[in-house]
Amino acid sequence: MSETVLTAHPAARGRSLTDDAIARLLANRAATASLVVLVLLTLFALLGPALTPWPYDQVNKSDVWVPPLTNGHLLGTDALGRDLLARLAMGLRVSLAIGLVATLVSLLIGVAWGATAGYLGGVVDEAMMRIVDVLYALPFIFFVILLMVAFGSNILLIFVAIGAVEWLTMSRIVRGQTLSLKQKEFIEAARAAGLGRLGVVVRHIIPNLLGPVAVYVTLTIPAVILAESFLSFLGLGVQPPMASLGTLISAGAQDMEMAWWLLVFPSLAMAATLAAFNFIGDGLRDALDPKDR
Amino acid sequence: MLRFIARRLLVAGPTLLVVITLAFFMMRAAPGGPFDTERRLPPAVEQNLKARYGLDRPLGEQYLAYLKGVVRGDFGPSLKYPDKSVADILTQNAPVSLRLGLAALVLALATGVSLGVLAALRRNGLLDIGAMGLAVLGVCVPTFVTAPLLILLFGSTLQWLPNGGWNGGALPNMVLPVIVLALPQAAIISRLTRAGMIEALAAGHVRTARARGLPEWAVVLRHALRPALTPLVSYLGPAAAGLLTGSLVVEKIFNLPGLGKFFVISALQRDYTVVMGMIVVYAGLVLFLNLVGDLLLAVVDPRVRLS
Repeated sequence: MSETVLTAHPAARGRSLTDDAIARLLANRAATASLVVLVLLTLFALLGPALTPWPYDQVNKSDVWVPPLTNGHLLGTDALGRDLLARLAMGLRVSLAIGLVATLVSLLIGVAWGATAGYLGGVVDEAMMRIVDVLYALPFIFFVILLMVAFGSNILLIFVAIGAVEWLTMSRIVRGQTLSLKQKEFIEAARAAGLGRLGVVVRHIIPNLLGPVAVYVTLTIPAVILAESFLSFLGLGVQPPMASLGTLISAGAQDMEMAWWLLVFPSLAMAATLAAFNFIGDGLRDALDPKDR
Repeated sequence: MLRFIARRLLVAGPTLLVVITLAFFMMRAAPGGPFDTERRLPPAVEQNLKARYGLDRPLGEQYLAYLKGVVRGDFGPSLKYPDKSVADILTQNAPVSLRLGLAALVLALATGVSLGVLAALRRNGLLDIGAMGLAVLGVCVPTFVTAPLLILLFGSTLQWLPNGGWNGGALPNMVLPVIVLALPQAAIISRLTRAGMIEALAAGHVRTARARGLPEWAVVLRHALRPALTPLVSYLGPAAAGLLTGSLVVEKIFNLPGLGKFFVISALQRDYTVVMGMIVVYAGLVLFLNLVGDLLLAVVDPRVRLS
């Protein structure tokens, strides 16, 4: 009897905090639109290079600076006659990959550092956060430039360099959260039940950090993409014939008076990607913490 | 107050030391050297050049010598421009970057704060939507996109403004670089101001001011603005860092003889001393502005205790 009542009133089921958060996120129009845009951009980056009739690096001297929608080139061609659509898909793929991997690097370092400092507290915390303070004050972009100049620009180095810059804020956020989590009763309960320090950090602290960390991750990805494009623009990032959004925009800026499409389309792709991540990040923040607007 | 400054300066010392150490050894680990040219120099000449600048001594010794020099305020000679010292190059190029940066900061503050305040006062109105749209644009469209687009529009097409060049800092030459540099900062500042203002307008003391019958402008300017601006003050340090970063791109695109343009070139040419000098100056500037930001914060917000 009671079972029929339950199935007849699905609304009577309990709603978890996660359900609430997802509902709030989906009610945010900018965030949902951004999710759709992001999925489309990702699909384009993943499948685009396989679907375009030309490979991204195929030079064609007879089809130089073809405007969009001519000779089968949907977005036109560049100074070497390479198809812009294919290059854009490749550039987007590289930029997204750098964004994801470098963010992952910063996530691992930042969470480990911040959670350890916050949980251990005392002298260790003081020392670890002092190191973060010192590193924070460094003009990091200059060091990244030096790194690129010194060791030549390969993609692996870009990942490491940018990831190493971005973990600082992450560790501060994680530490702050850990400090407040530490006071909560369920941590005390876990300790009373005999769980060791590492166990508490891994099983109870880190899972509860996921909310604010998720927000910061979605905001770090566009920052990383921007940083990589910035390096590429200065000629220190991804090297030709490989493309990233930054190298495409850089090349487009040089040829813009002859071929506007080379600047406009990569710029639009860049703006759409950055905007989508930023809106999703804002939406996630509002969804996970409705008090804090 | 003095103790706070002293403490911060104590942190600044190690920070600068880390900066110098990292930059020094990174620069030296780079393949190639300042005297690599298209045609290889005869070994004897290269040896003489190295001896002249002390580059033939052990690395540790060079490092200590450099540190001693920096403490005395001596950044050494440039390795690429034999007749110039690093200090010459810095004093020659820094004014360009400083003028650009200051103008951009003023422009960003003026537009950012006024847009933020107006958007908060007419929340969800047309102006709010417009201002926040602009803020999103400023964050999502990087400087190296806005700069070429503006050059294309106002330089090449309309021919209202020059495409680039410094021309002794003439006003028409400054307009586009300053706007490009200011836009991302203005975007962030307007978002910070709007958020702060919305919070401040809901605060008790603002309601009291309204209840006492103060005119709206007095409520906004005298009572709400001050607490609303506190997050801005602590943004000063990051803003300065952002402007420095932006100047790298802007000076390259507009072909301006500033520090940013010089930095990348010098790093590529392995002009060790010039690169080091610039990094020290940049780091010092960021540290200094962070300190100023913290001090201002205590002035604006009496709840902040400097300890």
